[in-house]
Amino acid sequence: MKITKAAQAGASESSDILIMVMPNEEGGIKLELDSKGVILKQFGKQIEKVIREKIEEMGVQDIVVKAKDKGALDYTIRARVQAAIERAI
Amino acid sequence: MKQYRKSILFVSGNNPKMLQDAPIFGSDGVVFDLEQAVAVEEKDSARLLVKEALRFLDYSGVDVIIRINALDSGYGEQDIELIARERPFAVMIPKASPEQITKIESKLAKIELEEGFPAESIKLIPVIETAYALQYVHKIITSSPRITGVFFNAEGLTADFGMQRTKKGEEIIYARSRIVVACRAEKLNAIDTPFLDSNDYEGLEKDCYRARNMGFTGKAAIDGRQIKIIHDIFD
Repeated sequence: MKITKAAQAGASESSDILIMVMPNEEGGIKLELDSKGVILKQFGKQIEKVIREKIEEMGVQDIVVKAKDKGALDYTIRARVQAAIERAI
Repeated sequence: MKQYRKSILFVSGNNPKMLQDAPIFGSDGVVFDLEQAVAVEEKDSARLLVKEALRFLDYSGVDVIIRINALDSGYGEQDIELIARERPFAVMIPKASPEQITKIESKLAKIELEEGFPAESIKLIPVIETAYALQYVHKIITSSPRITGVFFNAEGLTADFGMQRTKKGEEIIYARSRIVVACRAEKLNAIDTPFLDSNDYEGLEKDCYRARNMGFTGKAAIDGRQIKIIHDIFD
């Protein structure tokens, strides 16, 4: 699946995550995660894993994802990634 | 009487924190609102969030009710298609009419068959919030065996009539009476409109007594702090 434009979903509010996606001209999946230092240290890898799993599940290949996390649980991350990608198709 | 007899707590379907906190206040039911509480441009995102929440969070101690968008809004069908597959306790139908209920019922029957759910396991709760629904309330509540009760939305009804809402609620006495008689005759839950000033506990108490003494089985809440008072009075 190819995304054709930039889009975003979610919010920069407590327990949520703001996901911004855009086509990656260089190819592949590029992920940039922005969160509080302590959260990034403790949960950064898990957040990244959830985002990557959702992207792969949706069959998206060339994508840049920028994520601004405010303490979102896995289910919120999955929902916001899916919404952003569906809006970008 | 079925479950969610005394209280239902409304939360926005697009707010993760509210979805996570919803079960902790002890209400009989929680209503994840995809309609009024969600802006048009966020309908898709809220629908996905509620779907994921139903898969991920533990709502085993509470009846999960999804207020979908009306079918004629262009969002209702997608709400049902995505959410019903997670098997909520019930779907709440805004601007209820017998025609809309028939359409929703056939969609639910198809999904239940495809997913292997027992037939008629997903219940329906029509919202009475239009003059039409009030006039035909008995026809509405007897239009499907899935219907377990009714939610009276006074804000919607008074807007439909162009009336001003007051805390005392004299303007909704007839509507409350008509709904209660229909529900009691069919032994269904009758859930009264929420009291919107969440900091006025005395006002909430008075409004609960009024609704209880008219025959409502319970009351909707818009804030978890309202649940205790509602339960004390509708016990």
